[in-house]
Amino acid sequence: MSFQIEILWSDALLFLLLAAVAGFVLHVRRHEHLRAPWGRVAGSRMGMAAMVVLAAYMAIGVLDSLHYRPALPAEPGQPVQYSNEVLSVLDALAGPLRTQVEKTYSEPFATHLYAKENLQLPDGRQVRDYPRLRYGGAHLEDPDRKAADIARRAAVGTGWGLGLAAVVWGLAAALLARRRGGGWGQAAGRLVRAPELAAARTALYTVALLLVLLGLALQLATHYHILGTDKVGQDVFYLSLKSIRTGLLIGTLTTLIMLPFALFLGVAAGYYGGRVDDVIQYLYTTLNSIPGVLLIAAAVLVAQVYIETHPELFDTAAARSDLRLVFLCGILGVTTWTGLARLLRAETLKLREQEYIQAAQAFGVSGLRILSRHILPNVGHLVLITVVIDFSGLVLAEAVLSYVGVGVDPVTASWGNMINGARLELAREPIVWWQLAAAFLFMFVLVLSANLFADSVREAFDPRAGGRR
Amino acid sequence: MKGLELRDLRVEIAAGGRRLAPVDGVSLEIAPRECLALLGESGCGKSLTALALMRLLPDGLTVAAGEARLDGTDLFALPERQMQAVRGGRLAMVFQEPMLSLNPVLTVGAQIAETLAVHRQLKGKAAQAEGVRLLEAVGLAPGHAGSYPFQLSGGQRQRALIATMLAGEPQLLIADEPTTALDVTVQAQILRLLKELQRGRDMGLLLITHDLDVARDMADRVAIMYAGQIVEWAARDALYAEPFHPYTRKLFSVLPSARRRGERLDHIKGVVPPLGTAFTGCRFHERCPRAWALCREAEPRLHRVGDGHYARCHLAVEAGPEAETAALPSRAEPRNVTAESGPLLEVQDLAVHFPIRRGIFRRTVGWVKAVDGVTLRLDAGETLALVGESGCGKTTLARAILRLVEPRAGRVRLAGQALDSLRGEALRRMRAEMQIVFQDPFASLNPRMRVGEILAEGLQALRPELGGGERHETVLRLLEQVGLDASAAQRYPHAFSGGQRQRIAIARALAVEPRLLICDEPTSALDVSVQAQILNLLKQLQAERGLAYLFISHNLPVVGYLAHKVAVMYRGRIVEAGGAEALIARPLHPYTRLLLASAPGHGLESAARAPEAPAAAGRGCPFAARCPEALPRCRESDPEIVERQDRRVACHLY
Amino acid sequence: MLAYIVRRILYAVPILIGVNLLTFALFFVVNTPDDMARIHLGAKHVTAEAVERWKAEHGYDKPLFYNAAGTGTGKVTETLFVEKSLALFVFDFGRADDGRDIAREIQARMWPSLAIAAPTFLVGLAAYISFALVTVFFRATYLDLAGVVLCVVLMSISGLFYIIGGQYLLGKLWHLVPVSGYEPGLAGFKFLILPVLVGVVSGLGDSSRFYRTLFLEEIHKDYVRTARAKGLAERVVLFRHVLGNAMIPILTGAVVVIPRLFLGSLIVESFFGIPGLGSYTIDAIQAQDFAIVRSMVFLGSVLYILGLLLTDISYTLVDPRVRLE
Repeated sequence: MSFQIEILWSDALLFLLLAAVAGFVLHVRRHEHLRAPWGRVAGSRMGMAAMVVLAAYMAIGVLDSLHYRPALPAEPGQPVQYSNEVLSVLDALAGPLRTQVEKTYSEPFATHLYAKENLQLPDGRQVRDYPRLRYGGAHLEDPDRKAADIARRAAVGTGWGLGLAAVVWGLAAALLARRRGGGWGQAAGRLVRAPELAAARTALYTVALLLVLLGLALQLATHYHILGTDKVGQDVFYLSLKSIRTGLLIGTLTTLIMLPFALFLGVAAGYYGGRVDDVIQYLYTTLNSIPGVLLIAAAVLVAQVYIETHPELFDTAAARSDLRLVFLCGILGVTTWTGLARLLRAETLKLREQEYIQAAQAFGVSGLRILSRHILPNVGHLVLITVVIDFSGLVLAEAVLSYVGVGVDPVTASWGNMINGARLELAREPIVWWQLAAAFLFMFVLVLSANLFADSVREAFDPRAGGRR
Repeated sequence: MKGLELRDLRVEIAAGGRRLAPVDGVSLEIAPRECLALLGESGCGKSLTALALMRLLPDGLTVAAGEARLDGTDLFALPERQMQAVRGGRLAMVFQEPMLSLNPVLTVGAQIAETLAVHRQLKGKAAQAEGVRLLEAVGLAPGHAGSYPFQLSGGQRQRALIATMLAGEPQLLIADEPTTALDVTVQAQILRLLKELQRGRDMGLLLITHDLDVARDMADRVAIMYAGQIVEWAARDALYAEPFHPYTRKLFSVLPSARRRGERLDHIKGVVPPLGTAFTGCRFHERCPRAWALCREAEPRLHRVGDGHYARCHLAVEAGPEAETAALPSRAEPRNVTAESGPLLEVQDLAVHFPIRRGIFRRTVGWVKAVDGVTLRLDAGETLALVGESGCGKTTLARAILRLVEPRAGRVRLAGQALDSLRGEALRRMRAEMQIVFQDPFASLNPRMRVGEILAEGLQALRPELGGGERHETVLRLLEQVGLDASAAQRYPHAFSGGQRQRIAIARALAVEPRLLICDEPTSALDVSVQAQILNLLKQLQAERGLAYLFISHNLPVVGYLAHKVAVMYRGRIVEAGGAEALIARPLHPYTRLLLASAPGHGLESAARAPEAPAAAGRGCPFAARCPEALPRCRESDPEIVERQDRRVACHLY
Repeated sequence: MLAYIVRRILYAVPILIGVNLLTFALFFVVNTPDDMARIHLGAKHVTAEAVERWKAEHGYDKPLFYNAAGTGTGKVTETLFVEKSLALFVFDFGRADDGRDIAREIQARMWPSLAIAAPTFLVGLAAYISFALVTVFFRATYLDLAGVVLCVVLMSISGLFYIIGGQYLLGKLWHLVPVSGYEPGLAGFKFLILPVLVGVVSGLGDSSRFYRTLFLEEIHKDYVRTARAKGLAERVVLFRHVLGNAMIPILTGAVVVIPRLFLGSLIVESFFGIPGLGSYTIDAIQAQDFAIVRSMVFLGSVLYILGLLLTDISYTLVDPRVRLE
């Protein structure tokens, strides 16, 4: 075998989460009352567009979570040795982006470096000028014909994207024809015009847009640094893609870790009341009373010391930074579970007085069974709404924490680290803007999609919000 | 024309690309100084008609057609600014929920002053004086001007709300179910107040109600609404003497009362058509006992059927078929009291007290005596009605019998077995013997469970020996017994109407084959036509199974119809208990007499007058403060409950 | 009422004890002072003597809970728990790793923090409420929709972007305000404009949307319909009735953060070079100065609990239902 599969902690948790989501989807499909609100989400144009974008981010994140260690070139007869470098499928797919490292900064689509160097001219003279990039635009004989080359490649990329989009539309029409009957042509016509398919249409437009972007990236990113390079010459576009996984993990694993505690403690406090309630309330008031950033900072500092003093536990650098990521999710979970727990406690207090709960009590149904059969299903929508709303906040928090120095490991690709690195260059004239812009843009698109999706979920699930907007 | 004239009002709502009309072609007239009652079951569009007149329709609903003239002013054509001068001025409205209809952070005086400032330009001292005058007019002490709504009782709040609406000196007052949320004694007072104000101030009154008896006491004319239309319209006496429309007649025949004991109540088949039903022909034809082909094809106009008496029915012009007068079987009293040894339920000196905690360490400084020494006895196959105003402790008593709250003292014996000593498994076994049906059919079924799962829950908990197949069979049998289709098992509660849900709730309780069923106001959230169905079902189940009912209610006609014995509860105690017929015919305790006299339908003048209950009980008889016959002794010592003639009563008069 | 407040104060004691124990566990048990010393001494090959010396210099050379070498009560008091953790209760924060007195630093630095945080809080509250009221006044129109979309977009932008963007645009490009710096007194006003503006804008999306929901929740209540039925103008309904009631949760929700305004904002202060507690904390985190972090954690909890207490009191002031109970 030329590689060895490596499952990091965060990978395992992510797969667990995906399995849970898949199980949830199956569960929802079987229950009419759960399906109905999702139907409302699917009928919201904003929600569907946001869902497509989120799915694209998720796909990149998952590709970046399939890790392996490539085999080192081995002497024949020797046992195969594997590299210490942990790569992902995304790294493999984005091959040139990862390996085409320049010396230092270069602007988007640049052909020359951003810093002057002493160059040796063919005639032996030394001049100080901007040198050509090793990879960016290196295929051009004459850098001045860059614009034409870019335009040509952009056109080809757009063409590819639109072609793929047409295929997707065709498939969608075929699916519609199979579901609702009628010919393919008829279905295609409805897909373009029918008012009740407006949300599906919006989703397909979003897919088309993403496919065009994909086409452009495939055509351009292989020959240019489309978002420039950073201080050590790494491709910013590649870094931005790699950061997606970090952002997603922070947003989702945190929830995965805190959810069981919040659910159990919140519901138990509300249902049992009395001493149980006192203890749980004390617990979350105490945790809440510590300023969030400080609690995270304190915990991360402590963890950092632990990791530094126990280097023997990690066989690769990736495993080490990964553990820090998982730990960060855990500590973020500790600071965020209180909000959900409080919400669930209040809701359970209300539900506890509901007559159907009393009916169950009159049957002598046990407390745990009432919790699982009557309370939990009726607070499910609150959990869902909180989870999707928290997601965007957590993605944004990562950037701030990394800036403070208590975020992810400095070697982990993340938007926070990108911003942090670029910040020091702000004073430079002319300003190095692309690294910041790339990080903010990628983060903004993710968070905006998440917020819009959260809105449509909330509108679909919260009976009080129904019909208000 | 003077007064209000509404022509062809149509209110629309957009839903899923369609425009639905919850109010469709309503016309009515209210002369000055006249009281018109707009009567109908929930969802018929009567409140929307009123809100449309006020131009206060909720978001999404619009007046699509129609014309409303108040003394000639076209209300729907006024610009919003001028409408504001009319609203709360010439045209005012009182709402149903006094608890929610006043601003919680402003004093009553401030809220009255607002209306005075807008419509009568009164400010400062003048406004204050006028405010006091208004408070006195509605029977509140002047000091209440400084009170916040939460400091007032329900009846006082409704009075305060009426005062804020009178402040603009309206020509027409709309009262939307003004007493539905109130106790019967308070209801009588508020209704009388409204009537006096209407007469004294030369006001028109549009009273919206679902209660035939309230309308009879209050109205000069009555309009009956069904599915967004007025189906009958007549002077009160004509309507009550000879209702014309089959729907109106049905409304009368489904009403329970003591006179109908032993009869099976009539019912209206089917359910109220949901909003969005596409009608052809008469809107009532599917439920009408006299419908024929014409009714299914042509929509009837409002025909004149008598002097000032109109009905939207083809029967007015063409003699249709007679209803199959399925002579209502006058059933024998289904009292198959088996010769068992001893009573089924015995409650002895039961007390439930909740602690009042105060101070830094939340020490218990006193007790709220929700149930305070109650003794009851109920035999198998018998119905005992527990009657009292809200807050008297009847629901707490039920929950204490079921051991959903722990009693502080007293004993409960079920079929000879003392419940209070039972714990754990033994208590669980006894739970199969007694079950409960709740008031609110929308809150009593878990919205996330299928009906089949809901019905199976008790079986799983109390009869775990049953296999899945047997359980399923039991569920189907139960559904059949309460008159529901087997397919209901696979559906969720939201797919059912209020009455159907209440059937499900009854089936759930019956699943474990209890001998005692506690019914906590099981019909008070339902329309009268549905109430009749549920009462019939309860009677039938009692006859078939020999069930005993502890029937909690504040509705005396229902109690008179259903119960064998009655216990009247006041402030956590039983003040009078005895056989239902005798007790209702000859009430002894002044409180029982007050309750019976307050029930609407006998004319406002006959209704007893008694002050509202004070917030806290002093020494002596708890009822003394409201009792018209209180003796000096009543304020000193608390009467014991004693056997007198055919009943038990706690009063110094006996 | 007095009993109520006394009870709330008593309730705070176990919470502070909890916080104290938690921080002690984190900083002294999970990581021992030895670890701390090694981190600070940096190099890989630290001698045991060097560690001991560092500990002695910084006062960490004592046992955690029980000092067998002490005499009398000293057996208990001459321990890390008492000296480093319990001492926080009397605001004895000890010395930072660079030897400076933490309490004095806090006293000096809380005013610059407050100079930024207080105007941000006040201007923000006014701006968010006004914005929310405007959207509610024009509810179900395109103006409302535009407001809501703006909120979602603003919410989706990282706070760091507002800072960097503001500094670049207003400071560097247009030279309207200094990019960073601080000066006490009125002269320092120009330094405050940008950080306050950035602070307000970065909270606009989130808070306005929240307030808008609160307003909408009120606007559908029965008493608002009553107010309209009285013939009041929509403006009066909105300001007197809706705002009056919605202000109760808004104000009491805002009160809880007031004491914490002293702590300042980590990010804003560090970007704008404000010598406040925020930048003090961030420097301490980056320098891994545990003594300062520990002090700030405890101080933060105290201020939070003070905020809870103020919330309770403010409820009794603004809500007649609570005041008159």
